[in-house]
Parts: sequence; C-alpha cells; structure tokens
Amino acid sequence: MDIESGSQNAGAGMIRLTLDGLAVRRGERRLFDGLNLTVSPGEAVALTGANGAGKSSLLRAIAGLLTPEAGVVRFEQDGEGLDPEVARTRHLHLIGHQDGFRSGRTAREELAFQVGWCGGGPDGIDVAVRALGLEGLMDLEVRRLSAGQRRRLALARLLAAPRPVWLLDEPLSPLDARWRAEVGRLMQAHLTDGGILLAAVHDPLPIPARTCEIGGTA
Amino acid sequence: MSAALLLLRREMALSWNGGGGPLLACGFLLSLAVIVPLGAGPRLDQLANLAPGLVWLALSLASLLTLERLFERDFEDGTLDLLALGRLPDEGVVALKALAHWLTLGLPLAAMTLPVGISLGLAPSQLPLLALTAAIGALAFSATGALGAALAIGARKGGLLIAVIVLPLFLPPVIFGAGALVAQAEGRSPAPALALLFACALVAVVIGVLAGAAGLRGSRT
Repeated sequence: MDIESGSQNAGAGMIRLTLDGLAVRRGERRLFDGLNLTVSPGEAVALTGANGAGKSSLLRAIAGLLTPEAGVVRFEQDGEGLDPEVARTRHLHLIGHQDGFRSGRTAREELAFQVGWCGGGPDGIDVAVRALGLEGLMDLEVRRLSAGQRRRLALARLLAAPRPVWLLDEPLSPLDARWRAEVGRLMQAHLTDGGILLAAVHDPLPIPARTCEIGGTA
Repeated sequence: MSAALLLLRREMALSWNGGGGPLLACGFLLSLAVIVPLGAGPRLDQLANLAPGLVWLALSLASLLTLERLFERDFEDGTLDLLALGRLPDEGVVALKALAHWLTLGLPLAAMTLPVGISLGLAPSQLPLLALTAAIGALAFSATGALGAALAIGARKGGLLIAVIVLPLFLPPVIFGAGALVAQAEGRSPAPALALLFACALVAVVIGVLAGAAGLRGSRT
C-alpha cells in the first residue's frame, strides 16, 4: 500500500472473508443452504438472485445482524481470525434499504451522527460530501432529498468512516447514470486499497466483480 | 465527540422534535390534575388523603406513553442496524436511551407532579419531597421502560406488550414513593421509604440495562 491509500484502512490490516456452509432461514423458509465463498482483499462479489432469494439476509448474516441456521462467517486479518463482534463493530459497513436516517433531521446532523458512531471524524465527512456531490444538500431535511440523493448520503458513510468490508444492498438502484459511474470509481478505489465489497445487485456492478448466485441451491 | 455523547444528543433532540412525546405526557399528567378533583367532589380532605397514591398513579401511567417509540422506530427505520456497527456495547445503547428518556420525559414529568399535587390538595410542605421522589421514581420508570421496550422490539402491538411487562415492575417505586409522602404527612420520617425508593431505582437501572441489552441482542437473531 502506498501512503495515500494507507489512510483508507488506517490501523486495519487486510481482511479476508470466508463463508463456510452457510444456511439461512427466515421463518419457515430456508433461503439458501451450504453456501461457500471466500472474498480476498481487493475483491468484489456481486450477489445475484431473484427477489426474495436471500441476498439481503446473506448480507445481514455476514454483518452479524442475523444468526445463520448453519455454517460460519469467518473474518481473518493478516491470517489471524477476528472475533465476529470486533469485525462487526470496527471493520465493516452494512448499507441496506433502511438507511436509519430520521426524515425530520437535516442531512448534516444525520450524516455526522452515523459517521461519528462508526468512528469517523469531521475531516472524513468533508471529503465524503465532496466526493458524493452533497455540498448543496447538507442543510436540507432528509425527507426533502430524492431517493438518489438520499442513497448518496447513506453511501457517504463508507468514505467518511473508512472500514475495509463494504456490504451493500442494491447500492446503485436509485442512482442516475452519472452517479452509478462515480460510485463505481469510489468502489474501485476501495478495492485498490485492499478493501472487499459484497453487493446485492440486479444490474451488473460498474467494476470487475465475481458473481455469486444466491438461492440456486434451495 | 465520543459516540456515547453523540447518541445521547441525538436521542434528546429526537425526543423533542419527533412529535412532542414529552409534551403529550405532561399534558396527560396535567389533565389528571384537573379531572380528578372535579370528579371526586368538593371534599378536599378526602382527596388529600389519596393525593400521594394518585400522583404516583399518574406519573407511572404518563411514563408509559412514549416507551413504544424508544426502540421500535429505530428498529423500523434501520437505526438499530447502524447502532450495531458502533463500538459502544448494547448495554451502553440501552443505558443512554434510558438516560435520554429520563432527562427529556422523566424530569419534566417530575416537575409537573407539583401542580398535580397542589390541585389534589397535598400540603405545600410536602412538595419538595414529592419532586424528589418523583424524579427518582421517574429514573426507575425510564430504566424499567427501556427493558420492556427492548424486549418488545419487532412485536406487533408492542405498546400493549410493554405495558404488561413493565407495569408490575413499576409497583415497588410507586409503593415506596407514595409511602414516603404518606409517612411525612403522618409525621413519621420519610427516610426509610426514601432509601428503599433509591434502592429500587438502582436495581431498576442495573437490571434494565443488562436485560435491555439482552433484548437488543435477541432482536438480531
């Protein structure tokens, strides 16, 4: 890593993610079973599959927000196993459909809270706001943002509080062509820095990524 | 700024911005101060005998009003997922939410018990003790309430479930809080009841935080 990219994952070595025989059940239905996957530093994986196949549940299981029925999620840092709770609270970001923004608060307040909560600071916020073109929107209430603007606000957390593992649930769906390309460039920079990325998608990611079909085994 | 301070500030701001929950609870308390004397008739001395119990009844019910929103909204809008990504343990999240609930709702309610006490005919010399016991009792209610709200995360009709879980646990503070006032009115020392009220609040904080954190973890399975 060069000096510039060293700032991305400062204090955190490269992380490798392994899923071993993962099975997830929601209610009566088993979504998938026996899922094996290894994601190495600098790699992106596009999770595809029909609606309801379990892409979002898989991301939540990896993040530790949902207990799998069987199998394990392993994080390794520099060859050593990481405690799943440490991985969840320090090394990963999950951005799902529900972004946690309160509609009556301003974009600035809500982003500052999310970033501060995840260990980022004001400098990171400035960088992220510029990178995602949010300068003119920060004083608006979140309810006044369009779907695409709101998603960009959510994605700003990825840059403002750098963490090596990005778990993204349909990150690009509300974005226009320009911002899809722009976010693609940010994803590429993250991978170049040795980060990893798993995204549930219906359209192909704008970066080179392996595809993992979910739900084929059920 | 530390994560704990960030969360506390956000919770307090949301409590006042998000539809005026504390105002509603205070209005509920004040409306009791008007309705009960009118409904109970003109015999003030009889009312004064019941005043400690009635004030505590009103305080405990008013404390219930906003509990449903304590975790449920965060659960619905994804904030709980975000909170799980921070370094602050679940115990800290529950403790801060309970603290914010006490500061923004419990303390205003404790202040509102004064006009309620006056309208129910409580002796003016009892008002300082009423404010003190109500403030401590409200802390116990907030901590117990956080426990109930955390256990009810994701449940439909959560508000009803919270009331069923929490109301029995509200009884000890009510007994000792009202007991301190009765003891003072009868010329005995309120200190023993006051000490037990403090003990109830401490137990409620410890149990509320630990069990609430377990509820929060349980919501992630």
